[in-house]
Amino acid sequence: MTRLFPVRPLPHRRSRVIAPLVVVASLAACGPTVVTTSAPVVVAPPPASLDLGKPPTLASPPTLSVPLIVTRQLTNGLKLVVVEQHELPLADVLLEVRSGGEADPAGKPGVASMASSMLLEGTTRRTSLQIDDQQEFLGVSLRTGSGWELSTLALHTPTAQLDSALTLLADVALRPAFPPTDLDRVRKARLTALQQQRDRGPAIADRAFAAALYGNDNPYGRPLAGTEVSIASLTRDDLLRFYTTFYRPNNATLLVVGDVQPDDIERRVNVLFGAWTRGEIPAVATTVVNAPKGTTVILVDKPGAAQSSFRLGGIGAARNTADYYALQVLNTLLGGSFSSRLNQNLREVHGYTYGANSSFSYRRSAGPFIASAEVVSAKTDSALIQFTKELNAIRDTVPADELARAKRYLQLGLPERFETTTSIAGQLLPLLTYDIPLDFYNTAVQKIGAVTQADVQRVARQYIDPARLTLVVVGDRKSIEPGIRALNPGEIVIRDARDVLGAPPTP
Amino acid sequence: MHIPIETFSLPNGLSVVLSEDHTAPIVAVNLWYHVGSANERHGRTGFAHLFEHMLFQGSANVGANEHFELVQRAGGTLNGSTWLDRTNYYETVPSNQLELALWLEANRMGYLLPAMTQQKLDTQRDVVQNERRWSMDNQPYGTWWERLPALCFAPEHPFHHSLIGSMTDLDAASLDDIAQFFSTYYTPDNAVLSIAGDFDPVDARAMITRHFGAIERGAGKPPLADMTVLPTFGGAMREVVPDDVMLPRLFMAFRSPVYGTEEYYAASVCSAILGLKKGSRLYRSLVREMQVAAETTAFTYDLAKGSDLLVVDATARPDTPIERLEEAVGVELDRLIAEGVTADEVARAVTLIETDLVAALQSAGDRADRLSMFATYFGDPTLVNVQADRYRAVTPERVNAFARARLTRDNRASLVYVPREPVSVPLQNDLAMAGVP
Repeated sequence: MTRLFPVRPLPHRRSRVIAPLVVVASLAACGPTVVTTSAPVVVAPPPASLDLGKPPTLASPPTLSVPLIVTRQLTNGLKLVVVEQHELPLADVLLEVRSGGEADPAGKPGVASMASSMLLEGTTRRTSLQIDDQQEFLGVSLRTGSGWELSTLALHTPTAQLDSALTLLADVALRPAFPPTDLDRVRKARLTALQQQRDRGPAIADRAFAAALYGNDNPYGRPLAGTEVSIASLTRDDLLRFYTTFYRPNNATLLVVGDVQPDDIERRVNVLFGAWTRGEIPAVATTVVNAPKGTTVILVDKPGAAQSSFRLGGIGAARNTADYYALQVLNTLLGGSFSSRLNQNLREVHGYTYGANSSFSYRRSAGPFIASAEVVSAKTDSALIQFTKELNAIRDTVPADELARAKRYLQLGLPERFETTTSIAGQLLPLLTYDIPLDFYNTAVQKIGAVTQADVQRVARQYIDPARLTLVVVGDRKSIEPGIRALNPGEIVIRDARDVLGAPPTP
Repeated sequence: MHIPIETFSLPNGLSVVLSEDHTAPIVAVNLWYHVGSANERHGRTGFAHLFEHMLFQGSANVGANEHFELVQRAGGTLNGSTWLDRTNYYETVPSNQLELALWLEANRMGYLLPAMTQQKLDTQRDVVQNERRWSMDNQPYGTWWERLPALCFAPEHPFHHSLIGSMTDLDAASLDDIAQFFSTYYTPDNAVLSIAGDFDPVDARAMITRHFGAIERGAGKPPLADMTVLPTFGGAMREVVPDDVMLPRLFMAFRSPVYGTEEYYAASVCSAILGLKKGSRLYRSLVREMQVAAETTAFTYDLAKGSDLLVVDATARPDTPIERLEEAVGVELDRLIAEGVTADEVARAVTLIETDLVAALQSAGDRADRLSMFATYFGDPTLVNVQADRYRAVTPERVNAFARARLTRDNRASLVYVPREPVSVPLQNDLAMAGVP
């Protein structure tokens, strides 16, 4: 799941010791045990006599206690998943439609995402203004989202408003009107947001990396949010066609987490969604991409940039890969936590950046592996040397202690991912999207524990190849190009923001 | 909703707030030190924040990388942050690891200095300078959070200068500065320790006494310069900043009643009526109807001393000149002053704010942070439990009184970003498009 656009600066800006992007480890689908049967994760040594000069010895970790998942199905095929969490009188409701940007029509990236956005812009019963008003007077929030293989409607509501909120959710999900005047307004807003991407080096780097790695023929190479050309030209019929084809109960799941009872939810959902009619869902072809033959450097000029935006990597793995846990451990070691090698090297040893990290994006097909950092312009070549060094070094045997530390980080961090209704929903969504059994978390601790040094080395060598990298650097070409060329990293292609994002529209 | 709260103090002055909740087997530890950029001395802008970075570099009993490693090895998350008037440090860990978190916090509060080295300082200075580039210099409009306080507070006022600091001042920071800042401000009597989540309060109290009890009280900190300002700027101010951006953007600030006062809640509701979500006045008028703005929002800084700031933030549509956007914002402000707000608008705003208040208390980490905040600013963490009531007590009359007093033309400071004039024709690419889609 990706956000369409970066979140605007928070009203309360604080300086933090770690950038938020570093804090977020790439653990999208790694969460705590779902059913309360798992054994304690690690047995700590018994309490010893206390020495204030040493870290305290600790009691055994708590057993994970996560509420039960209840699954039901309506006669029209809509799957219902309910998790009870009674801490606060709140509920999160996610309607997941299992189609997204992958299903965008040829030459029209952004249709799935615009169709999703337009759900909140008017139904056959409510105007766009009424939808806004109803949410805000009830104190509920309704958001749309889209990814490559899913579109979501996410409702967060106090349970006191659950009836009205679910009615609103059903209305926008089942009866969107795609009003032409509202489409015109939303289209202009999207075009403005796309235009503003030119301001941000990191946004240009993300686009350039995906396009270079996957190419235009693969959905992953195209922008989910569309391009200025595609958004300007898509029609109401495009959106309607996408909606009527893919928004069907047999292609959807309703996930409810919070202070609710499964039977009560099932009854309400039957009333609201029971008349939704099935449809035939066309299969979306999965595309195979070939790994690059050598390293290509795409240097995108952003004159005067204070930092160079690095994105380097290659084709990673699909979510259903058998290598999932080995890759999670590998990435934790390499760039998935503050103590990881990339961050220690580029930030804590060399001070080139505020944070360096890496991630595997697991999707239906193989998503990208990306290492990234925003690096002070004057150290662009030095940073490239260190990135390359770490991508080579991770292919050697990982020391046992470092491996153990990474595994504990993943295992013991599981409970925090199940703390709030919203985070529980976030943990379960990828399981639904990628057809992973809902008891996935039962075995997560054990399977992370089973990852060996040999496993990590094998996946490192399979998925990270320093000789065949796609490398994007967005920065001040004049000052950084000579240093990059001197390192002779591979074929160098010079581009500018217009090559990546298209020419800015003429006023 | 009501959070259980228990408080006590150690003889050395450390304030402790405990709040039990056994929903998830995790516990959050949160420390607020009552020191921020406002306490920096002349020529050392950015020091409070640089110092915050140094607190992750180990202490007498904790190795250089050990602070992060011990918490992450335990499956915990951690961070710290610096603001104008406070600095916080926090970790969320599995509940059996509470004592580890307390041990780490006590070690850096009590025994930091032996671990400080010039090399660590130099590296963290580089990191912070990169943080500045990342968050401000290489960010479109990024300098707003340095320029807006500078515009709104006079040069001698503690809130005037940059939180992240100038490159020159960061370069000047020394190990002596570290030692002095540490002994002045990082003392138990200048801190609040909050624990929220799955723990036993009796055990926690024993652990806190064990680890923090021997740390000595401070000698007292120097008073801040006088923070008092008049209720309004006494005239309209406007600063124009050319930047590498596609679209103009306006930040308009108003002096506003300080956080925690009765008038503050009216100001906060007023900002929500103006700019919180799509039903707000500015969104309806500027984004939806006139379509002169791409985005609008309004918020308060929540400053508890001197003066708070209410800020309106609006980005222009591609074909809208900044003057047109400023005029449209001005029309909405004048209309609000002249006609007032409706009871429905107040109800909408209070409902939205209440929802946010509840959502913000869902996680143990956020709960601990709110408790530390109320204890630090007002000496009373139980204020967390009356916030919704204080918002519900806001009436249209109080919002209107605020608007008439503070949204006036003599209380508007505008920071205006405009696209930099192009300097030359774009460079022709010699290798354009080769081999890449």
